[in-house]
Amino acid sequence: MPPLNALKDPHDWLYRLKQINLGLIILICGFAGIGFLALYSAGSGDVDKWAASHMMRFGVGFVAMLVICLIDIRWWYRLSYPFYVIGLLLLVFVEIKGHTGMGAQRWINLGFMVLQPSELMKIAVVMALARYFQAIGTDDIKGLKVLITPAILVALPVGLVLLQPDLGTALMICMAAAAMFFIAGTTIWLFIIGIGGGIAAIPIAWQFLHDYQKQRVLTFMEPERDPLGAGYHITQSKIAIGSGGIEGKGFMQGTQSHLNFLPEKQTDFIFTLWVEETGFLGGMAILLLLLAIFAYGYWISFRCKHAYGRLLSLGLTVNFALYAFINIAMVMGLIPVVGAPLPLVSYGGTAMLAAMIGFGLVICCNVYRDSKLVRM
Amino acid sequence: MSTFAKDKENRSSSFTRRAVILGGLQIGILGILGTRLAWLQVVEGQKYRTLAEQNRINVKLLAPERGEITDRFGVPLAINEQDFRVLILPEQTDDLEQALRKLSHYIELTPRDIQRTLKAAKRNARFVPVEIRNSLSREDISTIEVNLPDLPGILTDSGQKRSYPLREATAHLVGYVGAVTEENIEEEDNNPVLGLPGLRIGKSGIEKVYDKDLRGVAGQAEMEVNVVGREVRTLSEIKSTPGKRVILTVDGELQRFVQKRLDQERSAAAVIMDVHTGAVYAMASTPSFDPNYFVNGISVEHWEEIQANPSYPLNNKVMTGQYPPASTYKICVALAFLENNIATAHTTTNCPGYFLLGNDKFHCWQKHGHGRMNVISALEQSCDVYFYELSLKLGIDKISEMAARMGLGKPTRLESDHEKSGLLPTQAWKKEKLNDIWHRGETVVASIGQGYTLATPIQLAVMISRLVNGGYAVEPHLTAAIGSERILRPEFPSIGLNPDHVKLVIKGVEQVMVGARGTARGSQIPEESMRMGGKTGTAQVRRITKAQRAAGVRNEDLPWEERHHALFVGYAPINNPRYACSVVVEHGIGGSRSAAPLARDILWEAQKRAPALTDIPTSA
Repeated sequence: MPPLNALKDPHDWLYRLKQINLGLIILICGFAGIGFLALYSAGSGDVDKWAASHMMRFGVGFVAMLVICLIDIRWWYRLSYPFYVIGLLLLVFVEIKGHTGMGAQRWINLGFMVLQPSELMKIAVVMALARYFQAIGTDDIKGLKVLITPAILVALPVGLVLLQPDLGTALMICMAAAAMFFIAGTTIWLFIIGIGGGIAAIPIAWQFLHDYQKQRVLTFMEPERDPLGAGYHITQSKIAIGSGGIEGKGFMQGTQSHLNFLPEKQTDFIFTLWVEETGFLGGMAILLLLLAIFAYGYWISFRCKHAYGRLLSLGLTVNFALYAFINIAMVMGLIPVVGAPLPLVSYGGTAMLAAMIGFGLVICCNVYRDSKLVRM
Repeated sequence: MSTFAKDKENRSSSFTRRAVILGGLQIGILGILGTRLAWLQVVEGQKYRTLAEQNRINVKLLAPERGEITDRFGVPLAINEQDFRVLILPEQTDDLEQALRKLSHYIELTPRDIQRTLKAAKRNARFVPVEIRNSLSREDISTIEVNLPDLPGILTDSGQKRSYPLREATAHLVGYVGAVTEENIEEEDNNPVLGLPGLRIGKSGIEKVYDKDLRGVAGQAEMEVNVVGREVRTLSEIKSTPGKRVILTVDGELQRFVQKRLDQERSAAAVIMDVHTGAVYAMASTPSFDPNYFVNGISVEHWEEIQANPSYPLNNKVMTGQYPPASTYKICVALAFLENNIATAHTTTNCPGYFLLGNDKFHCWQKHGHGRMNVISALEQSCDVYFYELSLKLGIDKISEMAARMGLGKPTRLESDHEKSGLLPTQAWKKEKLNDIWHRGETVVASIGQGYTLATPIQLAVMISRLVNGGYAVEPHLTAAIGSERILRPEFPSIGLNPDHVKLVIKGVEQVMVGARGTARGSQIPEESMRMGGKTGTAQVRRITKAQRAAGVRNEDLPWEERHHALFVGYAPINNPRYACSVVVEHGIGGSRSAAPLARDILWEAQKRAPALTDIPTSA
């Protein structure tokens, strides 16, 4: 490790401050603003129900984001592995002594908020992989030997999350990791084999699924199977979305969401509520905002002069995208119900915090894009 | 370029390439999501809008309160009583069986109650309360309520239950309500109101005839419901309109009296009505039944008991009992003689106790004969031979024509769900129905109200009314007002009787009660101002055989079901007739013996109560 004075920043703090991407922050605020409006509507005009605390969390997350993005990226580089280890320990802790919700152990109650370590783990995995691939040469990465360590880095949290059991999060960690492997330059064959092996493993994996998970998959295949049981999530969500039409039913006028046809309208099905009330136009606004945020993430990644920053910013962007894709695809009946929130919009503390930490790190990659990172 | 730099450049271009692929993939996914959104909202939007509408609004009918039925003084004959029920809300209890077992410490629960409750709870959503028992006493309910903290999920509430305070006395008249059947639903073309849980509709009597008025109009509540059907809130509500009160012309107290008096006989029917207005003051049939048992479904044992009674307790004999009018019919026949100039006041016949037509011998009820008879004495003593002889000169058609004008042979149109029309035979009728020619002997039999001729007690009451009311075609009715609307009746047309003829016949029926040989002379009302007139009748149930006649078998020695029916038609007071009464005592042996005293008691009581003198209040 280099001595600490090697971390001394050649630029002053004002220069760094100017490197913060105002555009991205505006996009993030806009997205969280949609969340505020949607939750205000979900609470039937009662700000205190969800919207207010959503905004407070966003405020906390916003400050965290600004602090994170101004901290020298070399610190984050150094802390990548320690964070990973902390995340892993939290997962173990939640496994031993966590709160059970919806048939799965996922939370740690910190008193002021409930923490879902798996959410933080998604970021920690991306950081750890970026840290690892930064140190690997191009030629080395073609080989399989160097992939053993990152494979373990991914397998450990995935295994722990599966134990909770939380299939959705486990799959998301896998996919984010796969994207990291891909952009890091891993041979294409590996992906072909990986995907093939994954498909082959489905029948075996099916055996290990919990009943409610099997139910969700079966219901996804045929929602009408059980319209008042497990299938109602999908069916009702589709009715709510479809009935919104092009212009929507008007803000706070959504009938399906307000009449509790939708379960968890403030969390997983917040997109449904939003597009029921604002219609296709409101839905496209969300998709275009997402597109703009992704584009910003890619732009930052491309501008970054060190592999760690490129991998980190892109990995976190992909991570954010996965969240959004899975949530939106789920509520529109494209994939089975997996219980993924829409980041920045769904009501939920950890998801908000994780998203803002992620954005903080992405912006950090822009602020410190020219830092010299020593391969270790 | 150093290896390091080259490596860096390679890596950079590989990264860029792959990042672009990944970015393209993301844009592709966004495109899929956008397309899906457009598909759901733009292409299929209309379909989902329809689904959404069906989803959220559940129109619920609100049961209206059934209208009361009262007598002419406002005394309730059919009311809605509070019915206490105990229910259980499955979602508030962990163990349904345990909760029911606990409840059974406080009130009696049969294994059937428990089975039914558990079954119903399984069928419904957990937030739907399930009835455990109804018709609980006030004590039971308060016991439960005191112990509610100990009974999780148990609820009490009070509904409404139809009740008939006069019980047996109004069973036929007012009728009863019962559960909706498949046929009811079909008849009313799937009227959704009939689907109301616990709805009772009129099954007989006034309850049936005025069911639509009594039922009221169901209200409507538009409920917002969520996906599992739980009501979230009420969107709009149209209150139900209670059913109208039906006020009858009946005097409840008199009705009770008549029923009680009739119950002294095994099987009988009586009706008392106003000779001018046609208002029925009482109408009863015995044996009767308690309609309260029918409201919530009668038990099998009780039903079988009623069914097993040979005197048909469920039948209202006033309307559905068809009897040979026997000698009461002589009123019509005498009027027909006079009108057709077959007889005048002075026309006489000789009665030797029998009448010969060819080889056939027709007996008079007075074996030894009445001697010389004119119209008045023939009515007083009910001489058969007088009528036998003159009827042959008149012919059956003229007799039946007069009887028809007096109200026989067709339904009286009294408000009832079923009424028999009786029968007035004519030559054409016999040709058509029996494909046979009319025989003269049949006219002879018909002249004393036997043979084919049949009449119901209500028709006989109409007959005597038309005789004494000045010759108007009065029709009976039971309903005075519906809601606040008094039912107006058209003026009755004249039936075109000659007042002199009427006077003669009235003289005859007055003599029945007071004449030295009047058939009902023992049954006169002792009070001068309430004196009555009337005519007895004794209807043969089966032909008296020669052997019986020769042996002088007394009718009362025969088995009950072979004895004669006893009839009486009467009116009072004689100087200004107001009340007409007809009585039939099945197998009562003789009109003077059992029917006349019964009619006397009814007419007497009616005049004491004088329902005709009170105006009917129509406001609720």
